[in-house]
Amino acid sequence: MPSSIHTPHSLLDRLSDLLYQRKGLMLAVLLTPPLLWFGVIYLGSLLSLLANSFFRLDDFTGQVVKELGFGNFITLFEPANVDVAVRSITMALAVTLAAAVLALPIAYYMARYARGPQKALLYVAVMLPLWSSYLVRLYAWKLLLAKEGAISWALQQVHMQWLLDALLATPWIGGNSLSFSPMGTFMVFLYMWLPFMILPIQAAMERIPGSFIEASADLGAAPGATFKHVVLPLAMPGIAAGSIFTFSLTLGDYIIPQVIGNSTMYIGQVVFKQQGVAGNLPFAAAFSLVPIIVIAVYLWLAKRKGAFDAI
Amino acid sequence: MSVAVSLENVSCVFKSAGREVRAVDNVSVDIQSGEFFTLLGPSGSGKTTCLRMIGGFTLPTSGYVRIHGHDVSLQAPYARPVNTVFQDYALFPHMTVLDNVAYGLMVKGMGTAQRQAKAQKLLELVQLPDVGARKPGQLSGGQRQRVALARALVNEPKVLLLDEPLGALDLKLREQMQTELKSLQRKLGITFIFVTHDQHEALSMSDRIGIFNQGKIEQIATPADLYARPKTRFVAEFVGTANVLYGSQAKALGYPGAVMVRPEMMALGTGSAGDKSIEGTVQEKQYFGSFWRLQVAVSDPALALTVDIAAASANLVPDVGQTAVVHWPAHAVHSIEDAAAA
Repeated sequence: MPSSIHTPHSLLDRLSDLLYQRKGLMLAVLLTPPLLWFGVIYLGSLLSLLANSFFRLDDFTGQVVKELGFGNFITLFEPANVDVAVRSITMALAVTLAAAVLALPIAYYMARYARGPQKALLYVAVMLPLWSSYLVRLYAWKLLLAKEGAISWALQQVHMQWLLDALLATPWIGGNSLSFSPMGTFMVFLYMWLPFMILPIQAAMERIPGSFIEASADLGAAPGATFKHVVLPLAMPGIAAGSIFTFSLTLGDYIIPQVIGNSTMYIGQVVFKQQGVAGNLPFAAAFSLVPIIVIAVYLWLAKRKGAFDAI
Repeated sequence: MSVAVSLENVSCVFKSAGREVRAVDNVSVDIQSGEFFTLLGPSGSGKTTCLRMIGGFTLPTSGYVRIHGHDVSLQAPYARPVNTVFQDYALFPHMTVLDNVAYGLMVKGMGTAQRQAKAQKLLELVQLPDVGARKPGQLSGGQRQRVALARALVNEPKVLLLDEPLGALDLKLREQMQTELKSLQRKLGITFIFVTHDQHEALSMSDRIGIFNQGKIEQIATPADLYARPKTRFVAEFVGTANVLYGSQAKALGYPGAVMVRPEMMALGTGSAGDKSIEGTVQEKQYFGSFWRLQVAVSDPALALTVDIAAASANLVPDVGQTAVVHWPAHAVHSIEDAAAA
């Protein structure tokens, strides 16, 4: 009998042997902490949110009454609330679409052409805004967009003030100045969430071999056709992932529309006001289910459209 | 015969880490219409860059690329009447096999029914009539290779470029595909330009071969010519195995310049009058089925010979460490350009 056959010596040896032989045990050891965190803290609070949305606030005492009912959901369909939901969803869609349009060429360049230090520089350039405080950047935009701000000043210098005036005079998106118009809100949303669109698209494009693009060109496809038939479908999972970020971040944000824009409300602001100022936790909970449902519908539509076929 | 593809003084220079790399260095070649032409060379010799310049994926730094007389040197790939079978096949994973094959027709604007019928015909041509509805990921390597071939042929190119298309297949499948490719080429009568680093593949399939070394073509010849009459030491050693004698070794054996003798032209024993014979010690002995390969070390002049002995004829193959006398006839000796002088 050869003496070199492995016999466990220390406790650590035996433990590592045990984990190697029983993969299920190792999986359990590795997955229990994150599953506990995810299951209890995250899903648990989501479920309690759902439960809360069926309760109601006693107007007289200001106490939450723990009786199940659909009162909050009926209130949701009041015109003022529908207005908030439609405005928020429209804004989220516009931001998502614009972010995708801006992100695609940047991501394509990063994935296909940038090499070495240039690529690192582009990564930093995309992520740099995320390193500084959200509020600092928001107030910086407030200054840029103000009536006497840098953008207005720059346009005056090149005698393009008329363009800004025309845009601000446009109903729905216009206002007194950029910083007090939905257009301004849109620009800041777009700026804030653009990195979250670029990075997943870039990751998806990174996985498209150069030979696919060459093969498409080889078979007679001009660059536009190659983009439409090869690059876009293969980048779609990245676009879908990025759009979930931009869409849900826009739907949930309550600070940007408070600082930039006219006084109309977005979902996040309503939720914030209801639970913070009015103390109506049940109605806030019901309203915060709106983005969840909208995103679930959005994902379902994306899947039906085949956005995830190329995964 | 007309010229299908002509390269005239084509060079391709890359800047890599601040250094100039001449990937292709002043290459000129005329490839005849209907020819099976192979670009053969070690990796990094410029053969793939050359193919890419014909396909339009890399643009030449100088020189002209002509396809059937038209200067396409600086044209984009989609404007060129050639198609390519890529090394990794480059099948689009999000489309069915049929849509992959029909892709070239789709981007031309052909209707769905028409292009699918034609794509199906091509799948039949490559003997895969039943896989059209599948995705490329569900096919085996050999099947993907055939689909890539069908897709490249759908636009009826006059010239087909093949970039090491058999490299990823195992030996048996590779040999089978070699035969099929060759018979397909004969049947369709189109020009095949084939890139490979595998000399057996090149020898067995090609009408002519261009041997690449460090960005230049060392020799263009038929496979038989290349094997029997290599021009340079590089060609002699890259195509098949060769005993190259040069410099003082060649002089000691009475040759005026560098010469080459193939191992199978050598035999054991002293031979007859006029044969060169020399004694050495067997260093290695390998069995290859149809022959034995001996490495024989000769001390005066100092040289190592590779000798192949047909297994059928050899009842007495010396073992390692034994003495062996090796001889070869005068007609087996082929002069090559002296490597030392070059």
